[in-house]
Amino acid sequence: MKSVFRVLVASIALLFVTLGSASAEVVYNRGNSADPESLDPHKTSTVYEGHILRDLFEGLVMQDPKAELIPGAAESWTVSDDGKVYTFKLRGDGVWSNGDPVTAQDFVFSFQRLLDPATAAEYAGMLYPIKGAKEINDAATKASPDTLGVKAIDDKTLEVTLNAPTPYFLEMLTHMATYPVNKKNIEQFGADFIKPGNLVSNGSYTLAEFVPNDHIKLIKNPKFFDAANVQIDVVNYIPTEDRSAALKRYEAGELDSNDDLPTEQLEEIRAKFGDQVRIAPYLGTYYYTFKVDKKPWDDPKLRRAISLAIDRDFLAEKVWKNSMIPAYSFVPPGIEGYEPSVADYSEMPQIDREDEAKKILTELGYGPDKPLKMELRFNTSENHQNTAVAVQDMLKPLGVEVSLVNTDTKSHYGLLEQHGDYDVARAGWIADYKDPETFLRLLVTGDGSNYALYSNPEYDALMSKAAAEADPAKRSKLLSEAEAIFVRDTPYIPLLFYSFHNIVSPKLQGFENNVMDVHPTRFIKKTG
Amino acid sequence: MLNYVVRRLFSALPTLFLIVTISFFLMRLAPGGPFNQEKGLNPVVKANLERQYNLDAPLWKQYLDYLNGLLHGDLGPSYALPDFTVTELFKAGLPISLQLGASALVLALIIGGALGITAALRQNQTADYSVIAVATAGSTIPTFVIAPLLQLFFGLTLKLLPIGGWGGGDVSHKLMPIITLALPQIAIVARLMRGSMIESLRSHHIRTARALGLSDFSVVVKHALRGAVLPIVSYAGPAAAALLTGSIIVETIFQIPGVGRYFVEAALNRDYTLVMGTVVVIAVFTILFNLIVDILYGVLDPRVRYD
Repeated sequence: MKSVFRVLVASIALLFVTLGSASAEVVYNRGNSADPESLDPHKTSTVYEGHILRDLFEGLVMQDPKAELIPGAAESWTVSDDGKVYTFKLRGDGVWSNGDPVTAQDFVFSFQRLLDPATAAEYAGMLYPIKGAKEINDAATKASPDTLGVKAIDDKTLEVTLNAPTPYFLEMLTHMATYPVNKKNIEQFGADFIKPGNLVSNGSYTLAEFVPNDHIKLIKNPKFFDAANVQIDVVNYIPTEDRSAALKRYEAGELDSNDDLPTEQLEEIRAKFGDQVRIAPYLGTYYYTFKVDKKPWDDPKLRRAISLAIDRDFLAEKVWKNSMIPAYSFVPPGIEGYEPSVADYSEMPQIDREDEAKKILTELGYGPDKPLKMELRFNTSENHQNTAVAVQDMLKPLGVEVSLVNTDTKSHYGLLEQHGDYDVARAGWIADYKDPETFLRLLVTGDGSNYALYSNPEYDALMSKAAAEADPAKRSKLLSEAEAIFVRDTPYIPLLFYSFHNIVSPKLQGFENNVMDVHPTRFIKKTG
Repeated sequence: MLNYVVRRLFSALPTLFLIVTISFFLMRLAPGGPFNQEKGLNPVVKANLERQYNLDAPLWKQYLDYLNGLLHGDLGPSYALPDFTVTELFKAGLPISLQLGASALVLALIIGGALGITAALRQNQTADYSVIAVATAGSTIPTFVIAPLLQLFFGLTLKLLPIGGWGGGDVSHKLMPIITLALPQIAIVARLMRGSMIESLRSHHIRTARALGLSDFSVVVKHALRGAVLPIVSYAGPAAAALLTGSIIVETIFQIPGVGRYFVEAALNRDYTLVMGTVVVIAVFTILFNLIVDILYGVLDPRVRYD
């Protein structure tokens, strides 16, 4: 009888303990505009999977709540005097979710895998500064993966040799494409290693569920070295394609945050939600590109005239409801140590800019008898359409006849990539890492995203010089000089800088605004 | 009858083959490809991707490879969601779309049918006018207006139902999507039913039945309804095929993980294999439901026999 009683008491106690811990579980329902394309870090490309992968994996270096670089799987590193050799010391307590230690060999394997042509990684380029990387990635060269300048000196020491001093190399390593994957895990499951139940990861969370278009559930990884400071037990990433519906779900408490807002209702949303609405600049530029090898757009003076005539303030305030910022340089502000080269007319009143634009157009022989015809292409989106219509209106008084061509995203970028026939086309660029190079390389001769087909030896020379420069201040100056040439030549018209549009519940602490819009869950706490 | 069904199924195969072939080549005529995006890819990376997905092979070979896969039940990997094969995506999403679509269809047939019959029996009276008014409204208000209104009312104001998500299939998550899907169908079915019922009630055999002194109930349910239901059956076939394969609007607004969104999204993403998968699924459903309609005609209409 006594033993029965004891069992009963024990069971009840156990029940309370379980109930207690169940109710104490902290769950963060996190709206994320889209499902990830893939959870394999080597196959990713969008910012949406970036959020999830930062929780699942730990790269050599990571970002803190302010997007500042912090040690990750590597606890420290040294750089050789010539800036070409990086030696990373891995943490002694870094383990995979299966309990295996994270080793230097894991990074050698992962970096080789990212560059293997058979992996077909979109972001293989993140490792191109490493010696031999580009050759290995190019199937035509048949270079052996062993020729990569990445060596495991011992289990916890990784040596990386670069082609040239690359001051932004550490920033590049914050990109999710450089995260490690577990070799044993891939050998066991093949392509299915990323499925829930299979995936072995080394980050602060592990993958529990993935139902496409429904949710991705991550649970806290107790083996993570800093698990003691991770407060949120479960984070559910919920794809929120429909921004209006997502806002309603947020309002009803079904979501604790969302990474986008219906910008067309921004004024009302600001009034209603106050400082839960987080809008601030991040590193992205919205621009129009000319096809500079096509007449008459090969003339920098003409390009300048068009740029002068576009009223950025109007676009930012009226079309984008202050969710974007007027842009006069290609590199957005906010990168420490870099001063963007801004167009000389940025402070000029719009009316004077228009006068100058008119003067240039008259000089070039355009006028009522010989109107300038310009075809403006953009990819389907209400905001792109409104922007283009506004630009059409702005150019009309100058006698520029703008015709608009709206195509879907794939057709649009297909045409740009194949350098099809167009005059002016919309494009955008979001920084992959916090360095001006991620923007300025777009104008280097032959770059895959150089839609303008801009080619200027002077510009290319400055970019190469900057790439070889180990001194950060000197390098910054060289890049700034290159950008000044860009501003002078105007192959692109930078129109607006992007901002992020988050809505964040007051229950969340540690969700800080930053120019990369990164918010690792491990630093976020939820109360109430 | 069985003979007829088997014959019909066999004759559907060339149709299916034709649909697959035309879709395959039409899809490739669209400009741009699966890997065109805001961030241009460098040529080396793009070549790696195309090799990986067999897109570097000549088109005729890609077509033959696709047909070969299809015959083995392999719909290929999705380009836009490489973690999943097209088959896996349908396995996960189709049951959800089927549940919502089937519930909406049943609801539409029952409510729409009842409303239509009521209206027909009270022709030109208040009940009739109300049904016509409701039906007209129901079929003209688009789902993308109904859905957010339902969310506002039941989700935010009354706080009775969750606004979005599938919730693991909890019934509270299904109500609003089903209602949104069913409303326009109820309207259409009610109007069809009313029209055909009125016509049926005026026919000779009904007049004869009444003359023989049969009860009103018996006349309406046993005799008039059987003839009147035929247009509904013709309508319900294709409608079922469309409803069961999901709706992009309802699935996007309510954040339901069904397959309706794939039809549009895959095409926009140039996710060739997912587009083909969707085409195959919709084609099969359409063929199947047309067959069911024809069989039902044989049962319901004494003039149609499949011997």
